[in-house]
Amino acid sequence: MLNKLFSFNGGVKPDPNKSASTREPIARLALPPQLVIPLHQHIGGTPRPLVTVGSTVLGGQRIGAPDGNVSSAVHAPTSGRVVAIEPRPMPHASGLSSPAVVIEPDGLDTAIERELFDWHAAAPGEIRDFLRDAGVVGLGGAVFPSHLKLNPGKSGHTDTLVINGAECEPFITCDDMLMRAEPGNILRGALIMQRMLAAKQVLVALEDNKPEAAAALKSAARALGHASLEVVVVPTRYPAGGAKQLIRVLTGIEVPHGSRSTDFGVQCFNVATALAVWRALEHGEPLTRRIVTVTGNVERPRNFDVAIGTPISHLFAAAGLKPDTDKLIMGGPMMGIPLPNIDAPVVKATNCLLASSPTLFAPPEPELPCIRCGECARACPADLQPFELYWHSRARNFGRAQEYKLFDCIECGCCAYVCPSHIPLVDYYRYAKSEIWARERDKDAADSARERFEFRNWRADREKEEKAAKLAARNAAKPAVKPADGAAPAADVAPSAGEDPKKALIEAAMARARAQKEAVAAKNTDALTPAQQAQIDAAEERRKRASELSGSDAPVK
Amino acid sequence: MYNSPYLRQNTSVRRVMVTVLVAMLPAIAMQVWLFGIGLLLQIAIASATALACEAAMLSLRRRPVARALGDGSALVTAWLIAVCLPPLLPWWMIVIGTSFAIIIGKHLYGGLGQNPFNPAMLAYCVLIISFPALMSQWPGLQGSDAATQLNWVLGGERALDAVTGATPLDALRTGLLGNADVSAVMQSPAFGHVAGAGWEWVALAWGAGGLLLLALRIITWHIPAAFLGAMALVSGVAWLIDPSHYASPAFHLLAGGTMLGAFFIATDPVSGATTPRGKLIFAAGIALIAWLIRAFGAYPDGIAFAVLLLNICVPLIDIKTQPPVFGHKVEPPDGGAR
Ligand code: SF4
Ligand code: SF4
Repeated sequence: MLNKLFSFNGGVKPDPNKSASTREPIARLALPPQLVIPLHQHIGGTPRPLVTVGSTVLGGQRIGAPDGNVSSAVHAPTSGRVVAIEPRPMPHASGLSSPAVVIEPDGLDTAIERELFDWHAAAPGEIRDFLRDAGVVGLGGAVFPSHLKLNPGKSGHTDTLVINGAECEPFITCDDMLMRAEPGNILRGALIMQRMLAAKQVLVALEDNKPEAAAALKSAARALGHASLEVVVVPTRYPAGGAKQLIRVLTGIEVPHGSRSTDFGVQCFNVATALAVWRALEHGEPLTRRIVTVTGNVERPRNFDVAIGTPISHLFAAAGLKPDTDKLIMGGPMMGIPLPNIDAPVVKATNCLLASSPTLFAPPEPELPCIRCGECARACPADLQPFELYWHSRARNFGRAQEYKLFDCIECGCCAYVCPSHIPLVDYYRYAKSEIWARERDKDAADSARERFEFRNWRADREKEEKAAKLAARNAAKPAVKPADGAAPAADVAPSAGEDPKKALIEAAMARARAQKEAVAAKNTDALTPAQQAQIDAAEERRKRASELSGSDAPVK
Repeated sequence: MYNSPYLRQNTSVRRVMVTVLVAMLPAIAMQVWLFGIGLLLQIAIASATALACEAAMLSLRRRPVARALGDGSALVTAWLIAVCLPPLLPWWMIVIGTSFAIIIGKHLYGGLGQNPFNPAMLAYCVLIISFPALMSQWPGLQGSDAATQLNWVLGGERALDAVTGATPLDALRTGLLGNADVSAVMQSPAFGHVAGAGWEWVALAWGAGGLLLLALRIITWHIPAAFLGAMALVSGVAWLIDPSHYASPAFHLLAGGTMLGAFFIATDPVSGATTPRGKLIFAAGIALIAWLIRAFGAYPDGIAFAVLLLNICVPLIDIKTQPPVFGHKVEPPDGGAR
């Protein structure tokens, strides 16, 4: 049993503001007139639509098939008719649209016949495929396909499975309410995960500001009676619920940026994900609903059980959006993204919808110069020197920013929270990161252009050599009539034999270059949070627009 | 449109600066009580000069004047200059020092947050190099009445030997130069209990203000601890070796600007080291050089020069002492996972 907790450096203790939305139990929200179900709701490939406009669908029917293994299926939450398959605005800071299946519910809520799956008897690979096809992804916000993480890797086992119920960000209470409501099934899901990962222990962790949830989980754990399963209460300090911070608190292990926790024998899932695994495997229920906290500047803050695809406006209508709301946020006040469009749908990543007013979150005061007070460094849970990152990002000195480990920044916002100069530090990091991504992409493009060029040259050389060789062979074949049979093939073989090692060399070099490039790219662009992905998309879009603009502005020749 | 985090702690540069000013009050009060109101007059002159220079520079640099004046940083510089100069200096010296600090020391480098040197120490050094005689006149405990002090500061006739005396550090130096040993010099009335009649109380008040800054998390423990620790260590070693030539650690800790320097000067965030280990090195370096100047140099107190010297080293110290980033403290178990 766990007898020692570790600690991470830094962190902040903002007012949790959680009580308003936990007064009432979770409410099941009625279906809206239209559901907009984005096909791409997770990290990885965009699912192919399996329905066409006009087809009728049943509740739980698969409407998007996973695109390869690094992807996840998408399902219809209820029965109805597909009225459109088209790009719709997404809950992204960028306000970009992405393909979505629009369903008009028929009100009958007829469910498709559930696939029965005997997971007790199934091999781990089969369970993983089943979860992929059930659309189970991480519900803590990262929406990484869960089946990919439910794999113990080379070693074949895991030391610790962490079930994350810390929910450290202020205002958000969806996991808290879920733990109170379904502690037993969360733990059952965790035990399935434990089996799949061959994990020695399961630690279900939550912050000490959720005593009701802790009590519920503890009594459920006692009822289940598994010696290797433990509910651990950790001190409340933002961002204790960050996967890396929580792993550090529970095990003392620090998983560096760019590494997977599996390599350290640890795997971490959100509590809601554990429940989704349980429901998928035990009841054949795909992931079509989730709990969303609606809070902030609303009349009736509450948690709703919502069909994925429900327009966000529908939730705010249910909670009573106050008129002086100046801004809508998806997520919490520390890491949430501003929502440009209230009609965007709830997606699998939507844990909280927060209405802001000037009194709730005052607009930032004017930015003053950095006085190097070091408050930010003391608050940084990644042990970075945020002000150095800021200096170098601001000066567009991106190389130096990377030396100060810009990409280890988890954008938790602690530094900006404490900065006496009111510098929007995280904005500078986001800017620097997107610039670096853009440059890497440009460099990649240049690299592949160079590779193509080199390949063309090499092919031209080879053709020249081949011609020369053939000519030589013909010349050699001419004088002697008889040996020609033997000589000609030999001559034919010779150039290709001569070229093979060269070709192999070049190919090896190209493969090396590719591998190197991928390694470089992987360092900075893997393990993207949805927010980062959104930034990349936004940056991409900006570039596209810019080039379109410059194209249309170009004088007609 | 602004982005996350939307939540901000209730803090500001002004709040930080005002806290520093408040923490200076005990020592200022103590000094006024023991030595008269001259200091208050100095503070007023320095403040007015600093604000005027700040406003002038800001408008020359076309920056919003009101907001930057309100941040309080110019006042902190002004007050630090006023308290580290000998009391009862003529007003124009304070004006010269303060304008130098704000115009050259701060704004020519780019303003708040950009100055590599501690502006107050820059002012002190400029004045002590330009006016060494005036800079070593310190009032004795016997004091003078308010009218005399006013008269002096405002530039009236100075009856030097009437009320000025050497500071303890000065007296020690002069005494040692005259081949007296430390204990003999210490007999002189200027020395009080440990480190100068009255001044030791002012030093303790600086310490109290410094503890307040620590408690309010305006400063961290690193700089004061390393400063005082290093000062105690070097002076202690020298004192143990030859107590007749070197003053005791207690003397060095309470004399001159040690306490002021440890808690208020070396902790200037802008010009100081920023990493935890860097702060230790930075502060210990200041203490060591200050002691060397006190023991072997030509100036009575070396803290100002020591601070400027270490200011130069800050970029190097910071680079060499970067703390390990999360996850990069130990090698990953399988030799670099991935
Ligand atoms: S908290 Fe703000 S002012 Fe202080 S060092 Fe960090 S960035 Fe600079
Ligand atoms: S946002 Fe980045 S730099 Fe700032 S505290 Fe969080 S991890 Fe550190």
